[in-house]
Amino acid sequence: MTPEYLSMALERILPTVGKPGRYTGGELNSITKDWSGVDLKVCLAFPDTYEIGTPNLGLAILYDLINKRPDLLAERAYVPWSDMETAMRAAGLPLFALESKRPVRDFDLVGLSIPYEQLYSNAINFIDLAGLPLRAVERDPRTMPLFIVGGHSAYNPEPMADFIDAFVIGEGEDVIFDILKVLSAWKASNAPKQDLLRSLAGIWGVYVPALYRPEYNDDGTVAAVVPLDPAAPAKVLKRIVPVLPPPPTRLIVPYIATIHNRYPVEIMRGCTRGCRFCHAGMVTRPVRERRVETILNALEEGLKNTGFEEIALLSLSSSDYGDVVDLVRKVGERFAGKHLSVSLPSLRIESASVELMEALKDNKRGGFTFAPEAATERMREIINKPVSTEQLLETVRSVFERGWTHVKLYFMIGHPAETLEDVQAIADVCKRVRDEGRKYVGNKVSVTAGVSTFVPKPHTPFQWVACDSIEQIRAKQALLKRELRGPGLKLNWNGPEETQLEAWFSRGDRRLGAVLEAAHRRGVRFDAWQEHFNYTAWLESFAECGLDPRFYTHRERLIDETFPWEHIDIAVKKSYLAEDYRWSLRGQTRIDCRQRCFACGILPKFTSLRMETPANAWECPEVRPKHLRRAAAEPVAAD
Amino acid sequence: MRFTGHLDLHRAWERTFRRARLPLAYTQGYHPQPRIQLAGALPLGFTSAAELADIWLEQDLAAEAALDALHGAAPPGLSLLGASVIDDRWPPLQVLLRSATYTVTLAGPAPDLAERVSALLAQTALPRTRRDKAYDLRPLIESLEPAPAPQTLTMQLAARDAATGRPEEVVDALGLESAGARYHRTGLLLDSPTTRLVAVTAPAGADDRAEAQADDPGPDV
Repeated sequence: MTPEYLSMALERILPTVGKPGRYTGGELNSITKDWSGVDLKVCLAFPDTYEIGTPNLGLAILYDLINKRPDLLAERAYVPWSDMETAMRAAGLPLFALESKRPVRDFDLVGLSIPYEQLYSNAINFIDLAGLPLRAVERDPRTMPLFIVGGHSAYNPEPMADFIDAFVIGEGEDVIFDILKVLSAWKASNAPKQDLLRSLAGIWGVYVPALYRPEYNDDGTVAAVVPLDPAAPAKVLKRIVPVLPPPPTRLIVPYIATIHNRYPVEIMRGCTRGCRFCHAGMVTRPVRERRVETILNALEEGLKNTGFEEIALLSLSSSDYGDVVDLVRKVGERFAGKHLSVSLPSLRIESASVELMEALKDNKRGGFTFAPEAATERMREIINKPVSTEQLLETVRSVFERGWTHVKLYFMIGHPAETLEDVQAIADVCKRVRDEGRKYVGNKVSVTAGVSTFVPKPHTPFQWVACDSIEQIRAKQALLKRELRGPGLKLNWNGPEETQLEAWFSRGDRRLGAVLEAAHRRGVRFDAWQEHFNYTAWLESFAECGLDPRFYTHRERLIDETFPWEHIDIAVKKSYLAEDYRWSLRGQTRIDCRQRCFACGILPKFTSLRMETPANAWECPEVRPKHLRRAAAEPVAAD
Repeated sequence: MRFTGHLDLHRAWERTFRRARLPLAYTQGYHPQPRIQLAGALPLGFTSAAELADIWLEQDLAAEAALDALHGAAPPGLSLLGASVIDDRWPPLQVLLRSATYTVTLAGPAPDLAERVSALLAQTALPRTRRDKAYDLRPLIESLEPAPAPQTLTMQLAARDAATGRPEEVVDALGLESAGARYHRTGLLLDSPTTRLVAVTAPAGADDRAEAQADDPGPDV
């Protein structure tokens, strides 16, 4: 199918669908290259709508890096909304890339970013809309694109293993070029597909599921994930970039509004806090910061290229950025106040955060967001986020004192060992925050409690725990709905069924591939969208495959259980996670690991990489070569 | 670009000015907005060769200098045709807008186009309903004729506040398929402050895609 035919067909269809600007491409800074002039064509894809996918920074980084290479091109594709899908299927149109309007199936490689499990059904529909066989084993990479999945969901790749050729475990900036090199060499040869898979499996950070077979115990737990080929490593170590490369500055500027209309710069990757529920905090270690000058230059350049009305300084915990005061002062001086808003998310609960924000905001609109996550001391010790209620109240006091009227507080219910008293405390804390606000801003005060439900994630200290049942979640939510009403209080929560979906797949095994396929046949898609989420269809799909969804959610794992993701190595040791889980049960907390190394496993795993990297590039302690270590110790001994 | 809605188009202009490093003026108040006023919202899916906007800047600039800066900063699909500094006492273009002209390319052949047009123009009233509101289309049609090119119509429709004719309604009233047609705005007609009618159209040979003309009134202090 030619781009001309597709364009003509779109001409007819687009006026009949909602938000046609999603499907046109042609945005400022998008790059359309001549297909005949390149060696390999890459389609970067996000399995949700254009508005959700376009601001995805990971894909933007890869788009920038790949298109800088003259021998490669990268284009973009998203999944169409249901009206467009119906129209495309009726017209026999395959999924296409926005730049060239060529079918996705004509590309050499599709790189799908899947940060969270609710996108699995869309990812499968993506393959279907491209007109390709769903299962990887049925696709021929000589005539069809190779499908690679990256993003945080890939740290447990098993539920999607049947559909994907290879997963990138970890960071994509370097590995993408290793993959493309292997693909290019294989295309130039006459070797069979198996050879391509074997070469891919040899790349640091690449997991090729076809080269592994999971074996199960009688009780349904995993006995082992067995490598089937000498080329397949027993454990796939995550890929990292030792030093963060310069941020991309020529980001695409959409014509239509998206979920984030801003120029983002990642100021730091990783987090040293060690919150036990946090997947990102465990898998993105070690912490690497960008220098203040690098960030300022990127902002200058990025704004010049995009003209966005907002800039965002992104990280998992902004307050922990080493030079945060200096950074914020300079950003404030150079950029704030020009009708440009600056967002600095993930601030610690302390008055210093309020001062930081004050330096950035030219007015007090918008609110202030904090994430205490739990409301009792006991609970905070269990999750390792020890912030006292007094500290929270003192912080919001300085928020209200400075004239802000709106505070948003994020909490989670369903933490391990949580009782109804812990949930009641969430409501009590919110009311105390509101009462504090009244003293300063009167009835203008508004407190929003965003209460989500905890889902245990793989590779975290809580990977062993059972989730709350739907009934438990309902009871806790009912309490909050009853308590958090009245002036100045608002409650946001997620439906317990949606949480179940996330929970099944986050710790799921390869048998869930059959469930995903069955659900796809039932028309399941857009699970992250309430109007599309179809819980019944999911339950029917589990039943059809003879699997009990509760096996994946409401079961406490034995401490020595072999997990479906056991062969994925995030460089943090399982024994460390188990120890931290035991600490949690005792209510024992850990301080920020910048202050003291707890030997999570990163340094022994990346010893030589650490030695080659400048000392100040990582927040982990320096590792010196063995002979130097001894040399340094000797004079001390001589004293 | 033609599927960029009115509000998103505002934002595209704002970003263009920021890239061009031109100091847009903003409204006062809680939610400051850039002072950009587009004359006659262009419906989603339409292309245009003649759009007009009032744009307020924080400082005096020569029109040519502003235009030069904007040329390099505009996104694909927006080209700037001209700019002039306007006396701030003038009413905004939106208020002066009287009519708009369109070229419509129909989805398929219409051999009896001329007959359909004469029959329609012979009516004294064309009662229609749009978005559950009844109105008369006939007085909004100021001119309508088949163009020399096949399957093509040109028309001039009223474009006043609360009396705006939509070309797809005209196509529909002709008994032709309105959904598959291409709509292109070719000109805007204004009442100048001295009540002389001013026509703004694209220069010959201008790009067929959406274009815009920016008027930079002087500083609005």
